[in-house]
Amino acid sequence: MKKFSAPVLRTPGLLFLVAFLSTAVAVGAQDPIRVAIVAPSSIRDLSWSQSIHSSLKALQEDMGGESVLHIAYSEAMSSVSAASETLRGYAEDGFDVIIAHGTQYGTSIFDMAHEFPNTSFAWGTATDTGSDRGINNVYAYQAAAEEGGYVNGVLAALLTETNVIGAIGPIPAGDVRLYISGFTQGVKSTNPDAEVLVVYVGSFSDIAAGTTNGRTLLAAGADVLTGTSQVVVGAIEAVRSAGGYWFSTQSDQGDVWPGTVVSSQVYNWVPMLRDIIERFQKGQYGGIAYKLTLANEGLRIAFGTVDISSEMLMAAGQAVEDIIDGAVEISP
Amino acid sequence: MDERTLLDVLVAASALTLASAMPFLYSALGEVFSQLSGVFNLGVEGIMLMGAFVSIYFASDMGLDAGLLLGVLAGIVTGALLGLVMAFVSVTMHADQGISGIGITLLGRGLSTTLFILLADGVLLVESFQPVRIPLLSDLPILGDILFNQNVMVYGALLLVPLTAWLLRRTTWGLQIRAVGQNPAAADAMGVNVVRVRYSAVILGGAMAGLAGASMPLALTNVFQVNMTAGLGFIAVAMVYFGGWSPWRVMVGSLLFSAAYNLQIWVQVLDVKLFGETIPVNVLLMIPYVLAIIVLVFARDMQRFRPQAMNRPFRRGD
Repeated sequence: MKKFSAPVLRTPGLLFLVAFLSTAVAVGAQDPIRVAIVAPSSIRDLSWSQSIHSSLKALQEDMGGESVLHIAYSEAMSSVSAASETLRGYAEDGFDVIIAHGTQYGTSIFDMAHEFPNTSFAWGTATDTGSDRGINNVYAYQAAAEEGGYVNGVLAALLTETNVIGAIGPIPAGDVRLYISGFTQGVKSTNPDAEVLVVYVGSFSDIAAGTTNGRTLLAAGADVLTGTSQVVVGAIEAVRSAGGYWFSTQSDQGDVWPGTVVSSQVYNWVPMLRDIIERFQKGQYGGIAYKLTLANEGLRIAFGTVDISSEMLMAAGQAVEDIIDGAVEISP
Repeated sequence: MDERTLLDVLVAASALTLASAMPFLYSALGEVFSQLSGVFNLGVEGIMLMGAFVSIYFASDMGLDAGLLLGVLAGIVTGALLGLVMAFVSVTMHADQGISGIGITLLGRGLSTTLFILLADGVLLVESFQPVRIPLLSDLPILGDILFNQNVMVYGALLLVPLTAWLLRRTTWGLQIRAVGQNPAAADAMGVNVVRVRYSAVILGGAMAGLAGASMPLALTNVFQVNMTAGLGFIAVAMVYFGGWSPWRVMVGSLLFSAAYNLQIWVQVLDVKLFGETIPVNVLLMIPYVLAIIVLVFARDMQRFRPQAMNRPFRRGD
């Protein structure tokens, strides 16, 4: 072995050159990977749809730009039937990976998956890849929203002065329920006397109702609010006007509301998207249910510019550590 | 929360009821003009969306930074222009009113979304109209906090109710609107210019829908989001039926709908129990809509106030 390895080790520069040239030749010769997203709301919704689009853009930059990874997207696809046609259009146009970023698109994906066996489909929030029904080109994905919710809850409990905290969601289901459940458990673990008032708007787009719900929570004594989905932007404005604080999830909202957003649970889809693309290149088109967690860095906590105490920062760090270690168990 | 009295809750809910009824009031009162003249405008939703986008784009420092008043004006003008389109299609071209309105709604929804993405990169915030306490009146117990500590656009919406009623009942133009909506041939024979009156009513209705749209970001949410009216324009059209084409009853309907929504929020906040059980949120969220349907069913009588020529294009000699 020594005889064989010695010349190899003596010529690392040559090896790197060969490796580089082969990569360059491979990239130059191949068409870019083509990925399409169909999103239910605007890709600048400051929440769910923005999280997947900005992750894909980050991956594109990391992989070498448009010549390596081509991105197309259709946003504000609130109509499921229109989204279904759009998804089919991308498949017919020969896109390699098609991401249907909404639970409501699942039926459409499963309806067309068998017609495009060499196309990789991914959908979420979901856990069903269809593999039990012989479908092998569908991925499912979800976020452990309760984990960052818990961390935000710990911070909110330390920040509130009135001991009343409000939480807003569009409807009591899926990702929303997970986040608010984790948030409530985080609050209770830190400050059992604090009360978490939970309200649901009944819509993903009615931001005026979001404002009304936010103002109601403030009138009920809350000084710190949190919420999930694109419907909360009006509520963030309500709490900002009242001089209170906000905790975000899905996307980092701190750059839009720097003095109000204390921390954001950010969905980082990059590792998952990279894995899907790498598997596509190896000929695997589906069959995995992904879950973003703090442990696999699919979730991260981003802090805004709100001045918080070192005690709070340490508590947040400890909460993250405890969740990763399994010292804290959050019931969904 | 324990020390909160029922009165505190009712005052807070009532004050928010007025604020959240404001867009309904503007758009539904505008639709009263349009429908009374004989034009059923289902485009309110799209006009509101365009009014909302254009007004905040004008007012916000992330847009043209022209200030709140010019923002409101831009929303009104946008609404009036879309009202003109609706009038041209339905009055001059005699197109089916329902389909034309849906077209306007789809146009407004698509155009506002596209412009929002192109011109504003998806984020528009504004420092909206602040509450103005009316001297003396705002010191009144209970009523002061509910009625007299609102922003100017809420006061404006409430004042429009008597103004609309007066315009429709007491002015020649108002009587002409009602005449061309009831019997355009007779009005025509009396020398009323049916086309001109219908144009004026539909354009005014559009302007008020634009104002309703403007009131959302500039006096309620401080922010624009794609499709932010979320069906509110269609509910406003239903309010006109509910109110039997009377501005005062339209106001009652708008306030009832908003009150039902606001009270169910408080039921969620206070976790009110029914027979010892938490009431499912989905049931609570249905209440305003179920209430609206029930009232519409029982308000069948209102159909007698329906403009007889609504939905019918006017051709001289028909």
